[in-house]
Amino acid sequence: MSKLGTRTFTLLQTLTSVGLSALAWAVTGVRPIWNGREPSNRQRIYFANHASHGDFILLSACLSEKQRARTHAVAAADYWGKSRLRRFIAQDMLSSVLIHRQWTDEAQNPISIMLSVLDEGHSLIIFPEGTRNMTDQPLLPFRSGLYNLSMARPDVELIPCWIENMSRVLPKGQFVPVPLLCRVVFGAPIAIAPGEERRAFLERARQTLLALNPRPPTHDAEKWNPVFQKASCDQNSVEPKERRDHAGSGIRHDAPRHDAPRDD
Amino acid sequence: MVVGLTAVLTTASLVAGILSWRAPKPLSSTLVNLNQRINAWWVMVVAITVAFFFGRAGMTILFALISFAALREFVTLTHSRRSDHWVLFGMFGIIIPFQYWLVWTAWYGLFTIFIPVYCFLLMPAITALHGDTERFLERVSAQQWAVMISVYCVSHVPALLTLDVPGFEGRSLLLIAFLIITVQGSDVLQYIFGKLFGRHLMSPKVSPSKTWEGLVGGLATSSLLGALLSFLTPFSPLQAAGVAFIACLMGFLGGLVASAIKRDQGVKDWGHLIEGHGGMMDRADSLVFAAPIFFHTVRYFWT
Repeated sequence: MSKLGTRTFTLLQTLTSVGLSALAWAVTGVRPIWNGREPSNRQRIYFANHASHGDFILLSACLSEKQRARTHAVAAADYWGKSRLRRFIAQDMLSSVLIHRQWTDEAQNPISIMLSVLDEGHSLIIFPEGTRNMTDQPLLPFRSGLYNLSMARPDVELIPCWIENMSRVLPKGQFVPVPLLCRVVFGAPIAIAPGEERRAFLERARQTLLALNPRPPTHDAEKWNPVFQKASCDQNSVEPKERRDHAGSGIRHDAPRHDAPRDD
Repeated sequence: MVVGLTAVLTTASLVAGILSWRAPKPLSSTLVNLNQRINAWWVMVVAITVAFFFGRAGMTILFALISFAALREFVTLTHSRRSDHWVLFGMFGIIIPFQYWLVWTAWYGLFTIFIPVYCFLLMPAITALHGDTERFLERVSAQQWAVMISVYCVSHVPALLTLDVPGFEGRSLLLIAFLIITVQGSDVLQYIFGKLFGRHLMSPKVSPSKTWEGLVGGLATSSLLGALLSFLTPFSPLQAAGVAFIACLMGFLGGLVASAIKRDQGVKDWGHLIEGHGGMMDRADSLVFAAPIFFHTVRYFWT
């Protein structure tokens, strides 16, 4: 813990953050969409979908320089602490907070480590799926950290952030990014309802995040699958309609699609 | 010419300003859109003027960047899988630099066949070697279209600088000016004529705003504009009108095809390059279709 010091940005961290944000913009043209709250200096926990190392860079590129200096990504110590180089990148350059996914020693308790960062008045970026999502599912089940943090610090805003396309820009196992346009959609904060159970809350948080996706994957599946195609041809319209993900996942996407006819 | 363009744009800004000032608030979407378009043209004119100042190098770099932005929008919209990563990277990292290097060195022979022959055959081969056959034809076709539209077609604009028109040496930058002014002007004129007189929709399923009246009025006036600009070119006024007519007709078709692709992909804009203005392809779709035809018309008849 003492290694992280007082958590104000060092020169190296400032340079890294400015450089990476510029790079993120050059490659992905990243643009934030604030659907819920405006950006603010309030203390927040940003929680986002995770499929790429670039996710954290993209999300923090959407924050102001001032917010960035006091927002830390939570990263897995068993991955980022593995070698000296990784630890240097994660801590000395990106000022991430490293936690152990499997812990035995109470000093390694991830919740108390994260709480200590919050208690310094800083914000966190967490990926509640717990790992980079490599499946065809849009979002894995959430781990409990989000619930535990919010129970312990109910006054910290929980902001869902949908990171678009980053899994295509820099997939797991790749080191060169492909330039594709990305957006980060920031939703309205959510909070634990009185008496809400852990599992129920985590699933609600997950659904809130899913609903932010401006282009649900069903769009593709539906066009490709002849069954869906027939149905949509009959209507001949581009109006959003309720749709179901095809076979298996059974996830409903009721979010409106932004594809109204355009006058041009 | 820069003075002329600035004058036209200033007039346009003034007219739009007066219209916005007199119109009831809040402004109708047409007026907001008009203001946005005029602002986008200002950006365009400044970028092109700067590039003009740096001559052939400036133009080549400018259009390479335009290709980059357009390709990025195209690839973002289309379906791809993880196994396409290296092909996609090659499109940005190899095809764009190489194609514009061919423009820069005026290697016409390879310039015309590099993408339609070599990339056409090698890209699907690489995809096949990755062994992922799911939606193979769809992915491969989308990649082909992406490079053809946003790299191959766009690169024909700076390639105009490599043409040696007898008696027109050293002034080929003006050909680019002629092409851009007539084609972009035609977009505007079609839009204005469509708004004023548009009654009969041309293809309601593809685009809600393209009308026969807009097309006829826009093409007639932009051909006239071409004739007036013949002093910039090696063409006689009549020839200039004809060339402008062909380029603007192609431009119209480009807009139509771009709309159809957007409809198919379920989006209204290509991207978000300039806030509120859509993406690069939203502005360049007409130029994309016009440039190769214009290039080959000039090359065939004037060199």
